[in-house]
Formats: sequence, C-alpha cells, structure tokens
Amino acid sequence: MNHGTALLWKRRALSSLSATRRGLPKEKMTENGVMSRAKVLTIDTINPTVKKVEYAVRGPIVQRAVELERELSQGMKKPFAEVIKANIGDAHAMGQQPITFFRQVLALCSYPELLSDNTFPEDAKSRACRILQSCGGHSMGSYSASQGIDSVRKDVARYIERRDGGVPCDPDDIYLTTGASDGIVTMLKLLVSGEGATRTGVMISIPQYPLYSAALAELGAVQINYYLNEDKCWSMDIPELQRALDEAREYCNPRALCIINPGNPTGQVQSRECIEDVIRFAAKERLFLMADEVYQDNVYADGCQFHSFKKVLFEMGPEYSETVELASFHSTSKCYMGECGFRGGYMEIINMDNEVKAQLTKLVSVRLCPPVPGQALMDLVVNPPQPGEPSYDSFIKERTATLSALAEKAKLTEQVLNTVQGISCNPVQGAMYSFPRITIPEKAVKEATEQGQQPDMFYCMKMLEETGICLVPGSGFGQKDGTYHFRMTILPPTDKLKILLDKVKEFHQKFTQQYS
Amino acid sequence: MSQQAVNGVPSRGKVLTVDNMNPNVKRVEYAVRGPIVQRAVQIEKELREGVKKPFTEVIKANIGDAHAMGQKPITFLRQVLALCAYPELMEDNKFPEDAKKRAQRILDACGGHSIGAYSASQGIECVRQDVARYIEKRDGGIPSNPDSIYLSTGASDAIVTMLKLLVCGEGHDRTGVMISIPQYPLYSAALADLGAVQISYYLDEDKCWSLDVAELRRALNAARQHCNPRVLCIINPGNPTGQVQSRQCIEDVIKFAKEEHLFLMADEVYQDNVYAEGCKFHSFKKVLFEMGPEYSSTVEMASFHSTSKCYMGECGFRGGYMEVINMDPEVKAQLIKLVSVRLCPPVPGQALLDLVVNPPQPDEPSYTTFMKERTAVLAALAEKAKLTEEIFNTVPGITCNPVQGAMYTFPRITLPQKAIDKAKEQGQVPDMYYCMRLLEEEGICLVPGSGFGQREGTFHFRMTILPPTEKLKVVLQKIRDFHLRFTQEFS
Repeated sequence: MNHGTALLWKRRALSSLSATRRGLPKEKMTENGVMSRAKVLTIDTINPTVKKVEYAVRGPIVQRAVELERELSQGMKKPFAEVIKANIGDAHAMGQQPITFFRQVLALCSYPELLSDNTFPEDAKSRACRILQSCGGHSMGSYSASQGIDSVRKDVARYIERRDGGVPCDPDDIYLTTGASDGIVTMLKLLVSGEGATRTGVMISIPQYPLYSAALAELGAVQINYYLNEDKCWSMDIPELQRALDEAREYCNPRALCIINPGNPTGQVQSRECIEDVIRFAAKERLFLMADEVYQDNVYADGCQFHSFKKVLFEMGPEYSETVELASFHSTSKCYMGECGFRGGYMEIINMDNEVKAQLTKLVSVRLCPPVPGQALMDLVVNPPQPGEPSYDSFIKERTATLSALAEKAKLTEQVLNTVQGISCNPVQGAMYSFPRITIPEKAVKEATEQGQQPDMFYCMKMLEETGICLVPGSGFGQKDGTYHFRMTILPPTDKLKILLDKVKEFHQKFTQQYS
Repeated sequence: MSQQAVNGVPSRGKVLTVDNMNPNVKRVEYAVRGPIVQRAVQIEKELREGVKKPFTEVIKANIGDAHAMGQKPITFLRQVLALCAYPELMEDNKFPEDAKKRAQRILDACGGHSIGAYSASQGIECVRQDVARYIEKRDGGIPSNPDSIYLSTGASDAIVTMLKLLVCGEGHDRTGVMISIPQYPLYSAALADLGAVQISYYLDEDKCWSLDVAELRRALNAARQHCNPRVLCIINPGNPTGQVQSRQCIEDVIKFAKEEHLFLMADEVYQDNVYAEGCKFHSFKKVLFEMGPEYSSTVEMASFHSTSKCYMGECGFRGGYMEVINMDPEVKAQLIKLVSVRLCPPVPGQALLDLVVNPPQPDEPSYTTFMKERTAVLAALAEKAKLTEEIFNTVPGITCNPVQGAMYTFPRITLPQKAIDKAKEQGQVPDMYYCMRLLEEEGICLVPGSGFGQREGTFHFRMTILPPTEKLKVVLQKIRDFHLRFTQEFS
C-alpha cells in the first residue's frame, strides 16, 4: 500500500471514531437531566501564562471598591459617604483639570469647522491645521503610519533634543505608542526568547509597577528581582544589581534591565551618578536598558532633578553612547497633562540593530497604528505654546499650578504619614505616589494568614470597608519579605487629601490598637 | 565576537539581534502594510523630492482607510467628540442639542467628567449598556448582557486578546485555529506571534467565496493529526473577499462548531457594508439564538465590531468591542484581569462607539443630516462595488467575483508563465512581482493575494473600493491597461 492510501485509510478511520476517541470531552448528564459537555474554553484549557498574570492596581481590592460604590449608589448605609480611589495614577478622575490649550486643539482636530470660530486662539488653530495636514484625507479618522504620524515623530525628536541639551535625536528612532504600556510590552516581546536555562531574564526593581511583572508572566520570561534600598530613599544599588544578576545567571539568560525613573510606586528620583552607574553596569553585563521615564516632569524635592538616561548615556562618551542599547518611554498620562484616557505615548530606541528595528516596525504594523487623538495630544505636549504665542501665559499658568499642587501634596503626604506611629514614609521626591512602610501587629498578620490573605491586603481591605479609601497593598508591587507597604496616590485635591491622610492615620491607630 | 566600529571604537555584537530575538515575532507577516507599502511610501517621498515618475501621485488602494481616500466623517459624531474634548463648547450655539446631550452623558460617565480619565478596563459602563441595547435592536430583541461586552482598541485588540486566551498546549496538543483562505492577515500574524497552529480552510472562489462545511470538515480532520483544533474564525462580510454569507451557511457553521466543539470567533466589522441585492447581514448571535437553546446555551462565541469601517470609517480612533457568549465565568474573570493590565481602551474611541450604537433618532435635530450622510456614504460604496466588479470583468485575464460587501475587491488574475518564471528568478512571489510592477509603472498600490492566502497556482490582488468614484474609474482603467500590457510583455 502506498503512503497516500495509508493516509486516506487512517483519516477515514479517524473520522468514524466517536467524538470521545477523537479527543473531544465526554458528554455528561446535568442535574436537570440535560446532556451537557464541558466548555471549549475553561480555566483548565485557557492559556496558562494568562493565569499567572496579576495586576494589583486594578486587582481584587479595586473590584471590591467598585462593588462598594455600587452599594452606596443603591442607598446602602456605609461608615463613609464616598469611595476614594487613591489606587490609580489618574489625575483627572481626582479632579485635576485638563490643560486648556490641549483640549482646544483636540476639539479643532475633531471638528475642523471650528477653525472659523473666533473663540479659539490662533496658535491652537495653527497647531490643529498642522496636525490635520499630516493626517490622511486631513482627518484624525485615518490610520496613521504604524510608527506614528511623521511630523509628530519629528516634533518628539526636537523635544528630546531640547530636553537633553542638544544631544541629537533621529525621528526614525521614535515609535508612537498606545500609552507607554504598549511600547514597554512590545519591547519585552521582542526581547524574550530561549528555553529553560537560556530563557530570557529581565531585571525589574522591587518594588515595581506591576505592568512589568504582568508582561513577563504573560510572555513566560523570567523575572529577576533587584531590591531598591528603602533606607536610602529607595535608591538603586549596584552591588544589589550584581547580586541579583549573578544569581539569575544560574537559571536563565539575563538580557534586559528595567528602571523606572522617577519611580513608581516609590517616587524616588535617581541621582545622575546612579544613572551613570546603571549604564556602566548594563554595558559591562550586556543588558538591554529599558528606561521608563513617564514621570519626567513630576519632580518635587529640593536637590532632585530629572536626568534622562539618553542624555547621561551620551555625556558618557562614544564608548557607551555608541554601544549601549536603550529604549526610553514617555506618555501623555502623567506629568502635568494627566490625559490617561487618550492613551498617548512614545518610545525612543537607541543603538538598536537595524534588522531588529525592521522586525519592530513590522510587528507594530499588525495593529495598524496608535490612536490618532493620542498622537495629536503627544504632539502638543512636545510642542507646547512658546513665549510670544497667544496661549503661552495661560498654558504656563495651568502647568505651573498643577505641578506645584502636586509638589505641595507630595510634601504634605510625607509629613502627615510620618506623624503616625507605625507608618514611615520616605520623601515623595517625584511621580504621583507615596509608598509608606506600615507596621502590622503580629495578631493581624496571623489573622490575615489564616484567611489566606497577604497581611497588607488584609489591612487595605479593612481600611476600604471602614473608611471607603481604596489603596493598593505593597504586595501588589513587591517588597522585602516581612515588610508591608501600601501605595496611595497624592492626586486628590489638597483639602480632600488632608482629610484622607487624617482618616488613614486614624484607621492605622485603630487597627494597631485592635490587634495589639 | 569583537568587531571594530567605523570610528575605531571597539564594539561587540549587540545584546538584541535577529538571531536571539523572539522567534515568533520573526514569523509574523502583515501584508496590508508590508514590503509593497513600504515601497509605495518611498516612492511618495521621491515624488515630493521632485524625482520624475510616470505618475504624479501614489494611490494607496492597499488599506481599508476610508478617510484617507476622501470619505468625510459623519458630522454628528465629530460634533460630539469636539464637545467631549472641550466642554466649554457646550455654550456654543453652533452645536445642536442632541449632540450636547450625548456629550454630557458621556462626560458624566467619565472620571472627573473628563475623557482624560482612565475608564474601567472593560470600558465605560454606560457605553457598554448602549452597545448591548444596539445589539438587541439589531438582533430583533435577543437579549444582550452589558457584562458580556468588552470595549477594545479597535476590533484587532479584542481578536488578539481572545486568541491569546485560547492558545495552550504543546506539540500535538497545541491549539489549532481555523481561519479562512483568503483571510485578513491579522489572524495569521496573531497565530504566528502566539505560536498557535494555523488551520486553513478554503473559501470557494467558484461559488462567490462561499463557505463549505465539507471543506471545514476536511481541514479539521487533517489538522487533528498534528494539533488540537479549538477555534473557528469567520469574517462576515468577508475580508478580502467581500462575500456576505447566507443565513443557511451561518447555521451550518454554528452546527459544525457545536459538533466539533469549537470556539467561534465572528469578525463582523463590515456589518453595515452590504451592497449586493439578495444579500443581507445575519449576525452570528442572532442566528445562534434562533436555532434554539440546544445551540444558544452551549456554543461559545465571540463577535467583534469596530468604528473603523461601515459608514463611519473612523480608523484612527481605534474604537471597537467584542460580545462574548456562553463564556465560562472563571475564564471571564481571567479575561477581565488580562485587559486590566493595559488599563483601558482609548476613551475618545469609546465615546465614538457610543455614538455609533446610539445615533440620532427620528425625533432629534441631527437625524436628517445624519441619515443623509450615512446613506450617501453607503450608496457611494455600493456604486463603487458594482463599478469595480463590472470593469474588472471586462479585462481578459481578470475575473472578479461580485463585491457583495465589505470594502475590497479580490479579483483573480491570470499571469503568463513567463512572468511567473521571471518572478521566481527574482525570488518574488508572482503576484507580488505583478503588484510591484503596477506600483512602479502606475503609482497604484495594491496588496498581492499571497498576502491573504489563496489556492496554490492561483493569483489575486486586493484593492479597496474606497477612492472617490471618478478617481476609482481612472484607477480601474489604469489597472486594465497595465494588465493588458503586462500580459503582452510576457506572452
């Protein structure tokens, strides 16, 4: 018998097999006597890496908070009148106002008939026209190039050059993205390869913003934890990086080092020297550097300054600037704009292999393009009103007001939390969060463990139920064993924040008393 | 390995190279924005720099982007979006009351009354409620639960998310996903990226690209030898093929999915783009429920919609949703968790979707204009669908099935053997060679059929029917002339 005939016989035989023999699940009788089968897609047949994904910022505690809001709106009585969602870095949700100029331009872009409306300043109109001209059919409704609108990428490059004191930036190295998260996930996807002991390892800080751990879980990459130093205001420590790396080399292939500066959740602003040390380390250990700089305008503490990784890299001379592979990320969601809902962002790629770049360009083309309103918004962020332009004064006024309010709230938060026995809060040097350490009494730790809960989750859940304040437990970000924290945003308006901090203080004292 | 750089600074191999990068990513292809489009963009650049060409502009008929081809946005939609972006405009009496009302409702559902706030990860609740109501209206009253609606960043986002959930197993147990040939290459790209097994089932070109259950069965049985088939994807109306499946066919597919225990994915983004007489859009959900509880309470399904197509053409806003039917609650919880990592879909796109599913009603001020604009867009598309089919069918060597729906034509082209040989010499797939020549000689950018899949030995291209009618006539003429020339050259 020839091969073809044998194959044909085999196929016929297979197709006449019962469903069960062909690997389909058995039918079973349910309670009401109806035959049913297990579903195609169950918790046992789902993608296993998806099951490993966690994202605490919108995790179980937030789901409970949403439930409580619903109960409140249905008239249920609670010990509080509202739920305060201090879990997420969403400035507008907490009452921060959008920047007028940005929204004017976005409205003009959405409905260009408004260009004949004299309530809009000339500089807003000219920005809108420029953006529309670079859109297909002069409409924001067209797909853009997959890497992002050309003129926007040019403006981003110019912004970066200005920011970095003239260090050149090539628009071809800029990729606009759907928020910074999109760029980060795309880069990690490119980087992950190998199997078993050669599986890609990625170094991330502990504590970290849990997009990183979630992405690594989903990609099946190896997470390599390096601890930030809480006693030194969450600074990075090269010996600690070395320790983490050397250990990891036993069981994976470390290839990338991620750093968030200013930090999330920790808020530290790394010193220039630290950034140099990290770059040297990455060069020496052959690591791809990923610098998450979405909070670059959110710097509050005296003596702190944002130093972009790119700038420092180039100032270290060609030995580094021509060799170290770096991706840096920015977003329209934070800083003074707070435009989270627009999902605007970009990444700049330094020293990437050309063939890999072609692969990157190909990969992003499958999703067509990032949202055009977000690209337009990014254009305004990097190309804001200039002195002499009609909108300049109000723009600067609004920007300054927002940033100084944040600085004030950063300081207030640190001060108030440090008056609480059992809470110690590092200075909130930058970003939008405080990440104080909390002492949890042994009895509470025990009760939490009995209930199968992380002690700081137990603490935060209690706080939510008793005060309506929603925070995220430190376990959602990572922390040294035996320590507990929570992350709270500094975003509520100052008056509300004061009340919030007092309630947190009160709760902590009560909690400590209750479990003493 | 150490290598000297140009300026004498020693350098080593890079950390991230083509050899050590994610191998799945290397397998990904997406022809709609692939090499031919890259060349088209290059040519546009050359034209701008004053390089002389046999044409004055490049016509990008490669991508389903209506606005780029001159289609106008729907006024009402853009008015509401402007009001949402800059609520100070509520004072402006240029805007009709119904637009202001819609905008206020959307803003009231946003954190801090701003579209700059993150929304819930599943999407703004009242938008999901509106989507559910739209689906119920569309499907003659069949209930839709807002909790089964997930807003997404375009339909592509939701499709990839669902595929991601579905892919598991190793070797012979690796998940297999059935996709049509020809298909929209997001599917093949996603499967390559996820390392899932692609199971190709052929649409019947001789029967206007209809779906044949016998062919589904053939493909499935063959696949069972080397993977674990779990999913069946169907695009209706079809892309690139434009066929609108009959109700009977949809029932047959549902029966097949149930019999063979497959998760159904129904890509319905072109649901308003139906042109041919006798054709009608039948939503998979509606047909499923009309088949009775034996099917409607068991078949697991996800259907997808978008703001990028139909009469809106708002590709740049990246709006979309999926409705999931009969999904296991534990899986649903995983899905919610997964989408939460990316926070939320773009809020302007969610707002836009809200307007698409909740458009002006007969008693509202904007109704007449809205209907006029909508009808004009759809009528123009229907006219261009017919025109395209007619003209292509006058060309010896081109045969074009009726463009029953969607936005594309996918005609079959006969290539002379000499041309096929020439292409192979150059290491090019024959229809890519053909399309590249067309691009260089006429400035018309199409996508070769090889980018979508086709039967061995056949060749096609996909062209959009989107250019304005007068321009389209010129494009069709040029393609006709090119084809005759090309055939002559290689005779």
